[in-house]
Amino acid sequence: MNFDYSDDQKFLKNEARKFLDAHCTAAHVRKVLDNAEVSHDIALWQGVGEQGWLGAAIPEEFGGLGLGRVELCAIAEELGRACAPIPFASTVYFLAEAIMLAGSDAQKAKWLPKIAAGEVIGAYATSEGPGTVNPQTLQASVSGGKLSGTKIPVTDGDIADLAVVLANENGKPGLFLVELSGAGVTRETLKTLDPTRSVAKITFSGAAAERLGDAGEGFALTEAVFDRAAVLIAFEQLGGADRCLEMAKDYAMDRYAFGRTIAGYQAIKHKLADIYVKNELARSNAYYGAWALNVGAAELPIAASAARVASSDAFWFASKENVQTHGGMGFTWAVDCHLYYRRSRQLALVAGAPKTWKERLVRQLERRNAA
Amino acid sequence: MDFNDSPEESAFRTEVRDWLTANAPEKVDTKKLSEPELLKLAKAWQAKKAEARFTCMTWPEALGGRGATPIQNVIYNQEESKFDVPRGFFDIGLGMCVPTVMAFANDETKQRFVAPAVRGEEIWCQLFSEPSAGSDVAGLRTRAVQDGDDWVINGQKVWTSGAHYCDFGILLVRTNPDVPKHKGLTMFWIDMKAPGVEVRPIHQMSGGSNFNEVYFTDLRVKDSQRLGAVGDGWKVALVTLMNERLAVGGSTGPNYPEIMELARSTVTETGSALANDAFREKLADWYVQAEGLKLTRFRTMTALSRGQTPGPESSIGKIISANQLQDLSNAAVELEDQFGIITDTAIAPLEAAFQQSLMWAPGLRIAGGTDEILKNIIAERVLGLPGDVRVDKDVAFKDMPTGR
Repeated sequence: MNFDYSDDQKFLKNEARKFLDAHCTAAHVRKVLDNAEVSHDIALWQGVGEQGWLGAAIPEEFGGLGLGRVELCAIAEELGRACAPIPFASTVYFLAEAIMLAGSDAQKAKWLPKIAAGEVIGAYATSEGPGTVNPQTLQASVSGGKLSGTKIPVTDGDIADLAVVLANENGKPGLFLVELSGAGVTRETLKTLDPTRSVAKITFSGAAAERLGDAGEGFALTEAVFDRAAVLIAFEQLGGADRCLEMAKDYAMDRYAFGRTIAGYQAIKHKLADIYVKNELARSNAYYGAWALNVGAAELPIAASAARVASSDAFWFASKENVQTHGGMGFTWAVDCHLYYRRSRQLALVAGAPKTWKERLVRQLERRNAA
Repeated sequence: MDFNDSPEESAFRTEVRDWLTANAPEKVDTKKLSEPELLKLAKAWQAKKAEARFTCMTWPEALGGRGATPIQNVIYNQEESKFDVPRGFFDIGLGMCVPTVMAFANDETKQRFVAPAVRGEEIWCQLFSEPSAGSDVAGLRTRAVQDGDDWVINGQKVWTSGAHYCDFGILLVRTNPDVPKHKGLTMFWIDMKAPGVEVRPIHQMSGGSNFNEVYFTDLRVKDSQRLGAVGDGWKVALVTLMNERLAVGGSTGPNYPEIMELARSTVTETGSALANDAFREKLADWYVQAEGLKLTRFRTMTALSRGQTPGPESSIGKIISANQLQDLSNAAVELEDQFGIITDTAIAPLEAAFQQSLMWAPGLRIAGGTDEILKNIIAERVLGLPGDVRVDKDVAFKDMPTGR
């Protein structure tokens, strides 16, 4: 039985924590939070590029480090813990994974080295309005290699160089690579629940689009990409949830009320124990997702769904009860609780809300039973 | 990351599997057997295991074990769980009581008791809990008074598993009420068949009787039956509790596959109940909990496999599984609608398994540490939060307020 990080992976994770402790403090996160014109921490983005993290899971032949997905999960856990204000997920979990999954040899050769080198920021554009986009509602369309339509919201869409866009072509849904600096692209930054991440509305009017993967496979490929992203995001959520537990514990130990530290009251102790229980359950489910992702197991859809459901629940619970444990201080802008409360929402929504994943999980169970 | 055995583990698993295949008793319908009949089968199986040293495996060879590693013990239990063998009669005795005897008794006593216990010839029970000392077991009141070379014991224990078929027990009593509660306790081993010991079954809310009350009326024990020094009973009890076996077994009772099947076959006005969105969301949560616990056990096994001490993650097990069983059972009963009230095993779906687990689940949330105590343990031992304010630490036991 070997169901944990290896010593090498733990070393990598520890090194990532040291780097982020130095380069991604709450003060760094707040520079993005408090300045509407700052989309992300550019120095940190360059730093993680220099660390090789952007290409951690990209094969060496395409300029990456060629590490496994478990290594990428370890990095993700630390990025989540640090609440990193960078377009890492959009670029690495969505764009790079989509190209590695569905790209032609030429597309891989063109884009993966640039992603690994930090020269390209990515985005993944599916949503067009409230609710889950589906074949009945999909409006964006490609004709003669030109994309038209509106995507909203697109995480990091305002700063991305390259987007994967879900659109119909000849009535069949497909994925398309679109360079966002080209003609026919209008971008507008949106206000969101989590200003430490950048989100845009993108209007395409005849933008040049190149198909990624087979025609008609847009939704199936998106599901496959989201499975991969869901596992990686689950680790960011886990890292965030662990950080919330630490913050709540540290505050409770130092806060005195009625003559003693509030950490001694059962109301607080049981609350923190509840967070711990959810976090550990999420960790076990996330590890299973990491294993399935790493070996390309047939169980990936079910493992990814379970990881996403468990980690979304854990991070939401930890982030809201962390605010609660801090009392009135937790409700202030100055205290960091809300950074994680906001991030828990961003991560729970970005690859589709937990409710959607619960449905996906049950559908997988039905499929498994039918087999 | 993988779920594979190391080569050594794999070889051991094969050895275990081969032995079990050759030796496990033929399948019997255990539900149709009386407890004495089941006990007879269990004793025969235990003797066979002892002969092959597949019980008490981590103990030294001289005591009947084989000096096995903890992961080998887990592997044996995993493989044995695939066979329909009688189990459960020896866990408390060999897991908790006999190790305490081994740690504190003199050589003569060990010589007398360890081997017969390992072979399943004699069974041990643990006599700690009392009507007014449950979570706070150190508040127990069963009194032992010295009389020459004897001690005379009066009082009552409760929730004693297996007391009615056990031969011996370890008994925690109060020997000095004039000192604070933890300091006035002493541990003895006792003969459960001695005069002055009366065992009465407890009628549980679930209808069954899996536990007992044990009454002591002028029970006389020799001072040589003492385990540890007079007044050191709490330290001895902590050794017993530390020996609680690593919980690596699966949880009992129906789970997500069973309720999923029930929903599939339940027709509502909008089709199968499995098509209901609210039900599907809950089903997903149960899956995540059940699989998460299984995977958490794999993490514990990983630590053992690597020769490390497992982390505290296994402490989440019972809190989740007991509450899930209650929640899921009730959802199943409600799914059956008016029919859900029926407990007749010939009529109710799955032989009334959901109704039975609904009535059993409250006990599961209490036994072996209540939800509340387990959360205190996580908060204090895992997270390092301070203990609660204690008003009982420096007060003589006899001066403590007792209430009911």
